[in-house]
Amino acid sequence: MRLAAPVKASPAKTEQIILFRVSGQLFAVSSASVQEVRSADSMSSTATDISAPGLRKVRHVLRRGDRSLFIVNGAMHFGLHVAEGALLFVLRKTRTALLIDGIEKMTTMTRLQALPLSFCHEERQWYRGLTALDQTVVPVVHPEGFLSPEELALLDAALLQADKTASKDLEGTNSAQ
Amino acid sequence: MTVAIELELQSFVLLRLGERRFAVSASQIAELVAPSRVFRFPHRTPKLEGVILRRGRIVPVCDVSEMLLGKRLTSRRFYLIALRNYGTQKEWVAMPVTGECELIKAEMMAAVESDAPHVAGWLSHDGDVIEVLNLDALTPGPEQVLAEGATRQRPEAQP
Repeated sequence: MRLAAPVKASPAKTEQIILFRVSGQLFAVSSASVQEVRSADSMSSTATDISAPGLRKVRHVLRRGDRSLFIVNGAMHFGLHVAEGALLFVLRKTRTALLIDGIEKMTTMTRLQALPLSFCHEERQWYRGLTALDQTVVPVVHPEGFLSPEELALLDAALLQADKTASKDLEGTNSAQ
Repeated sequence: MTVAIELELQSFVLLRLGERRFAVSASQIAELVAPSRVFRFPHRTPKLEGVILRRGRIVPVCDVSEMLLGKRLTSRRFYLIALRNYGTQKEWVAMPVTGECELIKAEMMAAVESDAPHVAGWLSHDGDVIEVLNLDALTPGPEQVLAEGATRQRPEAQP
């Protein structure tokens, strides 16, 4: 008779996260969701202005080949006091580059608790959940929660309009020459 | 006869908010705890202050005083942690209270149509008529958002 192999205690699932600040408020994001971290200054020369009606949190767009990355001001997104962001997180598998104050540290979370059901407004799209770290509770952001499909549609329309205006201007310049 | 009367008595926890007392069914109460640090983060749900950490759980703090008294509490002595129903799920909600709570047995009169949605019923205790609270209507939840519908204006962010 063969005995069943002893069950090994599986290690607790952990996730690498980056703690960052927006207007002094602490947030966390999975480090796997962050594709690049850039200085906001380094992006200022390559970003172009964009203005979509009713969407003040996005003022700039980065063009990368066919892809457009919308720069979301984290403070405006969360309704915090607006401050000049110093860093940009380019978020993987999204069209969002998030403007933040700075990185606090990288750490590991062992438990992500679902956002309590009492929280029933937009924050349910903003956060994956909450985690307790060093006797502090930190919201863990959802990378896809910064721009809704409706907001992306608005931004795409604004981008298209800006491109049309630019090409008309160019045509006008060429014909004048 | 005595047995029949006792069967109608239910247990309630009396809580104090400012000068007024309210009751909650004792079956919904988890514990009464001393105030601890409230962790705040951005959200848009009115009445929620933030969360506290209790026994490893993250518990939302819901200040119901404005709805019940028309003003916010200036002092708080305890958090009454109660179970709130969300469909088939139940979750803890912490409500700040200004005084000690008391466990009583009383007979509840059911609420009538003209009562506010947060009133589950009424009971008489020590010469006072006390509102029995319906926590599901008093504290925020997804069903209220659905009920409020799309016409509701977007609330300001809570810092």
